[in-house]
Amino acid sequence: MSATSTANAPAFVAKTKGGRITDFVDQRVGGSGILREFGRKVFPDHWSFMFGEVALYSFVILLLSGTFLTFFFDPSMAETHYDGSYTPLKNVEMSVAYSSSLDISFDVRGGLFMRQVHHWAALLFVASVSVHMLRVFFTGAFRKPRELNWVVGGVLLILSMAAGFTGYSLPDDLLSGNGLRIIDGVIKSIPVIGTYISFFLFGGEFPGTVIISRLYMLHILLVPALILLMIVIHLFMVVVHKHTQYPGPGRNDGNVVGYPLGPVYAAKAGGFFFIVFGVIALMAAFFTINPIWNYGPYDPSPVSAGTQPDWYIGWVDGALRLMPGVIGDFHFEYVIFGQVLTLNVLLPALVPAGLVFTILFMYPWIERWITKDDREHHVLDRPRNAPTRTAIGMAGFTFYCVMWAAASSDLIATHFHVALNDVTYWLRALFFIGPVIAFIVTKRVALALQRKDREIALHGRETGRIVRLPHGEFIEVHAPLDDYKRYKLVGFESPVPLPAVPNEHGVVTRKEKRRAALSRWFFEDRVAPASPAELEAAHGHHGQHEAVESAEGQKTLSH
Amino acid sequence: MKALSQKRRHPLAAIALLLMGLLLTGGLYAVATTVNEAKASTTSFSANDTEEGGKLFAANCATCHGMGASGTKDGPSLVGVGAAAVDFQVGTGRMPMQMNGPQAYKKPAQFNDEQTHQLSAYVASLGPGPSIPEEGLLDAQGNAAEGGELFRVNCAMCHNAAAAGGALTRGKFAPALADVSEKHIYEAMVTGPQNMPVFNDANVSPEGKRDIITFLKQIEANGSPGGADLGALGPVSEGLFVWIAGLGVIIAFTIWLTSRTS
Repeated sequence: MSATSTANAPAFVAKTKGGRITDFVDQRVGGSGILREFGRKVFPDHWSFMFGEVALYSFVILLLSGTFLTFFFDPSMAETHYDGSYTPLKNVEMSVAYSSSLDISFDVRGGLFMRQVHHWAALLFVASVSVHMLRVFFTGAFRKPRELNWVVGGVLLILSMAAGFTGYSLPDDLLSGNGLRIIDGVIKSIPVIGTYISFFLFGGEFPGTVIISRLYMLHILLVPALILLMIVIHLFMVVVHKHTQYPGPGRNDGNVVGYPLGPVYAAKAGGFFFIVFGVIALMAAFFTINPIWNYGPYDPSPVSAGTQPDWYIGWVDGALRLMPGVIGDFHFEYVIFGQVLTLNVLLPALVPAGLVFTILFMYPWIERWITKDDREHHVLDRPRNAPTRTAIGMAGFTFYCVMWAAASSDLIATHFHVALNDVTYWLRALFFIGPVIAFIVTKRVALALQRKDREIALHGRETGRIVRLPHGEFIEVHAPLDDYKRYKLVGFESPVPLPAVPNEHGVVTRKEKRRAALSRWFFEDRVAPASPAELEAAHGHHGQHEAVESAEGQKTLSH
Repeated sequence: MKALSQKRRHPLAAIALLLMGLLLTGGLYAVATTVNEAKASTTSFSANDTEEGGKLFAANCATCHGMGASGTKDGPSLVGVGAAAVDFQVGTGRMPMQMNGPQAYKKPAQFNDEQTHQLSAYVASLGPGPSIPEEGLLDAQGNAAEGGELFRVNCAMCHNAAAAGGALTRGKFAPALADVSEKHIYEAMVTGPQNMPVFNDANVSPEGKRDIITFLKQIEANGSPGGADLGALGPVSEGLFVWIAGLGVIIAFTIWLTSRTS
């Protein structure tokens, strides 16, 4: 500002009253500078980039609807007799938490709608976080410089699951109580300290009288605060790193091609918030979710058929369902020094989830070590152009889905009229071989798609027009691609395996040998993009077909 | 009317009045006895019913259950299962069974009410067993809240808390209970059809069974206060719905929002 540099210079005076107020505020908070910086921030446009936004908006909706629910919910486990308007539960003994949840559903104006908004938004929140992470993984957006943001995203996924779990346990209905009982069992299966943790958490033997209020504090205070903190860090890093973009003409690791945030993108994003809100509101208005009045109050003795957790905890429940109690004469329960070790609870509850999250968090560093790729990447990979990574992702996804399906094994059995035992046996088999099949199939599909891309780049699209040449030969006319479309098919990196290199002492370490072996596994099957020379040759006369084919054969290894 | 009141002291007036009184009482008695007869026929069986039932049994059921219902390796003995078991199995179409399998499916009834009645009469004549419940227990006018508690403790682990059904081992299952008649619910509890355990009167009192029926009928009549119930199957159908419909609609919007460029 000139006013600060030269004291005597006349200060800028706006003509209108509104202008003067705006100027007053701007001189004190520097809004125009912030707007200039953020308004010019360029974001690329692609539908798959919007799942993070869906998650953010769902979270905002969760905060709003959740605040409404706190006005009426009473997280007390004190016993009471229901006296609300739902007659099938009239005068039934229950906790105040359940009674107040029923009151929200039947006696608070708009309460059931808000409860359903909150619950549907929660399901959508975790779903959009998951899809967002899948998008980031399969396009390679976790690579340098975004490894840490990938970790923050993983933490957000875990926190969103925690938020969901602590939330759906609150109404103290039969279903949520059954879920808590499973958690209690899992905690108690931890050797030595398990029973102590359980007694500490529940304030005595399950179910105790304090768990609902403790979960409530976690649900409305700690977990949302942590999620908010992580979201701030996440978005801050997005601004620092800038957004990734799909490959295309004029796009490289040094630029971002898209629209500035203001005004178009800001308007679109603002409108999108209301679209997400609208979709959730419609779901809440027309589709029931968690009908707690069906389940009745929690009582440790009954367990309802079809007891499942919400979808995001389902895979852990599925792993528990898949675990056999005994295999032949081999059993999984031991008594060591008077301590019971129940591996048939401990193994399925902790190992698959531990495996998935460990690999998920470490994957950016695993790939970086194998590929020795230390460059910054702002242009994404099309999934087919990183066949091994895509195959690893699909293997993990299949592993997850098998456990996910196992959580609904009883419903698969009743709805498809098959035996529950057979469903379990098949899923047990798929638990081990499913990821392997998915890996092989995905990799072959990716390579086949790459080969198709290469074919189209070289020879254009088949038009279906058959032409007879003067000397009698029939050929099909291929329509050449325009340069923009061709760029998409040829403009990608196709790394080759990196052989082991000696260290500074001239020694090839065992670790380096392992890395080289993994690098070979990662990159040995590859379809190279069509090179300019090949394109040149292909776009010459059709008589040169054979020459091109042979050049292609030399260029691509093994396939 | 004036003519009638003028003749009220006519010598034949007393006789006419007596006649009218007799006709009225006689007629009412006749109607009352036929009502009694109709009611009695639902709980007790005539010899003719038993005989006809025996013929139907020999023609349709004996292949598996054996002559005299003494059982074969394909079907259990029916001596002592009672009329209620037959009324349930035949009345819901489960028997005669379509094919061998872990469990008989509900299907359109193969016999009409009279034939079902005759079959019940025949099986009931073989040995004492649970009889067809009386109307008073089937009025669904009991205490729904207590019925709900009994249902959650005794039934929900197989039939699901919302009576939406559930899976059992090796292809067996507990069916959904919507649209099952009060009589059939009661009979199922006292006879334990298919893979269901028997809930005798010492276990769940007749009044308790009436409460359970009341609860089931009331939640059926209540419908789903929160909108479409998605099969009342709990979090699995909710999860499927949010992934397919919820995310599907949102993806359609994201494609629309970004369709102008890129």
